[in-house]
Amino acid sequence: MSAHADTPAIPISFKRRAHDAVHDAQLRKNFRGAMDFLMAKRAAQFPDGDELERLRAFGNRVRARALSKLPDLLQRLEANLTRNGVKVHWAETVDEANAIVHQIVAAHEAKQVIKGKSMVSEEMEMNHYLEGHGVDCLESDMGEFIVQLGNEKPSHIIMPAIHLNAGQVASLFHDKLEVDYTEDVDRLIQIGRETLRRKFFEADIGVSGVNFAIAETGSLLLVENEGNGRMSTTVPPVHIAVTGIEKVVENLRDVVPLLSLLTRSATGQPITTYVNVISGPRKADELDGPQEVHLVLLDNGRSQAFADSELRQTLNCIRCGACMNHCPVYTRIGGHAYGTVYPGPIGKIVTPHMLGLEATRDLPSASSLCGACGEVCPVKIPIPAILRRLREENVRPPAAEPHHMRGQGSKYSRRERYTWKAWRTLNTSPRLYRLFGLAATRLSGLIPADIGPWTEHRSAPKPAARTLHELARDHLGED
Amino acid sequence: MSSPHSSVATPQATRLAPPLAGARNYPAQKPAEVYLFGTCVLDLFFPEAGMDAIRLLEREGIRVHFPQGQSCCGQPAYTSGYTDEAREVARAQLALFSHDWPVVVPSGSCAGMFRHHYAELFHDEPATLRQVEALAARTYELAEFLLEVCRIQLDDRGSPIKVALHTSCSARREMGTHVHGRSLLSQLGQVERVDHDHESECCGFGGTFCVRMPDISGAMVRDKTAALAGAGADAVVSADCGCLLNINGAFEKQQQSLRGEHLASFLLRRTGGKSDGVQS
Amino acid sequence: MNARDRILGKLKQSLAGTTPIADDYDDALLTAPWSYPAEHRVTRLCSLLQAVHGETVLTTAAEWPARVSEALASRGIDELLISPATAHGQQFAGYLALNGLVTRLKAYDRPVEQWKDELFFSTPASLTGTLGGIAATGSLVVWPTPAEPRLMSLVPPLHIALLKASEVVDNLYQIMQTQRWAERLPTNALLISGPSKTADIQQTLAYGAHGPKELIVMVLQDA
Repeated sequence: MSAHADTPAIPISFKRRAHDAVHDAQLRKNFRGAMDFLMAKRAAQFPDGDELERLRAFGNRVRARALSKLPDLLQRLEANLTRNGVKVHWAETVDEANAIVHQIVAAHEAKQVIKGKSMVSEEMEMNHYLEGHGVDCLESDMGEFIVQLGNEKPSHIIMPAIHLNAGQVASLFHDKLEVDYTEDVDRLIQIGRETLRRKFFEADIGVSGVNFAIAETGSLLLVENEGNGRMSTTVPPVHIAVTGIEKVVENLRDVVPLLSLLTRSATGQPITTYVNVISGPRKADELDGPQEVHLVLLDNGRSQAFADSELRQTLNCIRCGACMNHCPVYTRIGGHAYGTVYPGPIGKIVTPHMLGLEATRDLPSASSLCGACGEVCPVKIPIPAILRRLREENVRPPAAEPHHMRGQGSKYSRRERYTWKAWRTLNTSPRLYRLFGLAATRLSGLIPADIGPWTEHRSAPKPAARTLHELARDHLGED
Repeated sequence: MSSPHSSVATPQATRLAPPLAGARNYPAQKPAEVYLFGTCVLDLFFPEAGMDAIRLLEREGIRVHFPQGQSCCGQPAYTSGYTDEAREVARAQLALFSHDWPVVVPSGSCAGMFRHHYAELFHDEPATLRQVEALAARTYELAEFLLEVCRIQLDDRGSPIKVALHTSCSARREMGTHVHGRSLLSQLGQVERVDHDHESECCGFGGTFCVRMPDISGAMVRDKTAALAGAGADAVVSADCGCLLNINGAFEKQQQSLRGEHLASFLLRRTGGKSDGVQS
Repeated sequence: MNARDRILGKLKQSLAGTTPIADDYDDALLTAPWSYPAEHRVTRLCSLLQAVHGETVLTTAAEWPARVSEALASRGIDELLISPATAHGQQFAGYLALNGLVTRLKAYDRPVEQWKDELFFSTPASLTGTLGGIAATGSLVVWPTPAEPRLMSLVPPLHIALLKASEVVDNLYQIMQTQRWAERLPTNALLISGPSKTADIQQTLAYGAHGPKELIVMVLQDA
């Protein structure tokens, strides 16, 4: 999706994709099973509700503190990384970020790139971009490898191939890798391992994301279970890390609470198999590790979210995916229906800053505001409140000042606005309201049996014979 | 909960999450008089539940006042992004509760609107904000009020029955209504509460969500009704009329016999009270 | 203006007139729930490692070479990547010599580029030291060095790690503070908590994704 620049077509078709997804029985089953699994795993990691709540508050405070001095921390991060021998690059847009990566690739005449998991590189559509420049990009995270093999996009930020079951992966491997069909997961993983092993040392460049960039020490921290992240950041002669400008934390010790929240919230693990802290390229006396390490800091709309103190909280996110695991909407439609790199609740609040509200206009409405996401968010992003705020930005007149967001007023409709003004008049005038109640109850027979979207799944609601206003007045007298 | 803005020095200061809410302090004495805020959905579609709430409160020796000027808490406009319209409707409700009696709301999401969101609506009107904070402090969801303020003792007079309890999401998360509802049901000796599959999951109502995203909402309410029907319950009870409208509409469309009932009506009937019984 | 200055400019403008949030770090929250009686630390570490298919062997500073040798023999492995420059490397070589054992010892003594193929495809096992263990999460602290480079703990299918029981601490915060990590991080610092694994296919856990298929931790109880 190169929607950032040209067409917002994919996010706009959200309703159609959602329609298709809820009618795909296999997809519904795969997601329900996967989400139930992940919710149970997380719950088991937080047996002490009090510890959880205090740790979430702590996580919130660490992230908010980092954001409250973000420009300063980015500069400290840059200075310390530079001192450690890491080259730091800045990009306002994904185009700029891709151009930076391409320059590095070109300088090394690189032909093969191996990638650890990176959602920012998905945001950049780096694979597509580099392939357009004759460079092979191979995903090495098993889930990412599977979706790349199937010409798909990740459907979850932590578990990219969560929409597929073992049988579907077996067919894919059988077709694309020409191996015997097997649904044995151990065997499938070994096929992936064997396929990718040589690629790690053939690659000219390794690309990774970053979980936390530590300003104090000039370090990049990555978590993973497979070892492909360590491979990608250690074996090729050049390592390029790409990350958003919000990922910085102030001090090394700040990662302790965030790490605990991240792995327990994401996959229900006390810790991942590997925590990989990179503080520079190979030194003269060292025998492995990349000769060059680059960090690309990407804005891509984050500074827009940052400009408003309510929306800024979006940038607390540590990308654990717990909000999607607990979301009844995501569970029903899966990640692809969103048509965005980041699906689920966090996707709904972060993507409008990346693509503009016009391209994402339906996303803020695609929530019952049930609050499950906000309840589990390890850094306490008030996701429902921000969704509500985005709805407000969506229906404000496009030219109204102050202008907070690209695409403000994308759902502005004079007719809808008048409807709500009429609603306001009705509900601020007791006399009108009571007349309306009388009319609705006395004329309830006139309500048609088919009233649009409501009656697709429900019978039409029938007002009672008399309103509570009337019953209460009879019983209690006028008050 | 105080205004999210009150803790920050300037409007652009980076926000922290509000401090962890401690347990709510309840008055030691049962009040002599209360206001009932009926809510708009209940007013039109479940008025008998409102009357049953009044009867339950009266049985506790409390005089109930129902301000006839009340309409809606403002939530539909608020959650749709029409903040100005929501604020004006909220302002009209604020004027109704001039005595300092508790305000009892037989719907958790509307109670949550009073308790948590009015402060956001009026954050830059200091005088109104004080009024809002005072209102928030004396607003109770009905189940919470019966349990924690009235310290009600229910005497079950019904025959054995299995009941599934559905709690609205905002009632659960903003008011703790699921805990209060379970506690009240547990006082009824012949009532066995059965859990339904994914009990804490949303029924798909979500105010205007159900008409803006009919496919997703429809999938959610189908799953919810299937879970309730599959729980082996003889009755479905909820303390939120939005959910009841959604769930009952789906049950009816599916031609199932099960219907959800408001907790107030269920409690009154089980304890020998006489409900109006004008089921919609 | 370049991208850097524009980004920083926007961020600074958005914070104009605001005060940074103070650092009220709550170390008790990261230590109190994760503290254990000294005699339970090793037990907890071992059980957490075992829960993720790590193998743990309780042994001693004198006995561990025999245990390593047995582990290799039981797997039919006749060579080991181990550093001759470390005390444990020398101890193991001495053990082999004394007992007339034929296990071939291989050193990581060249830049990786010069022996990638051999490292990746003909090196079945490696042995490294550790800087300690973390009871709270069942983790090993590994800081690669010129003698024991980064890939030693990653590429061979079997990784054997030596852990001194006295260096098992309660939690990450504690070891980070006592070892003063913030002042002296190496180019690469690692926490390793089991063999490589993935659950990317239908949430089914499989071991040996890209890194070691097996991790054996030799816990030296008297060291």
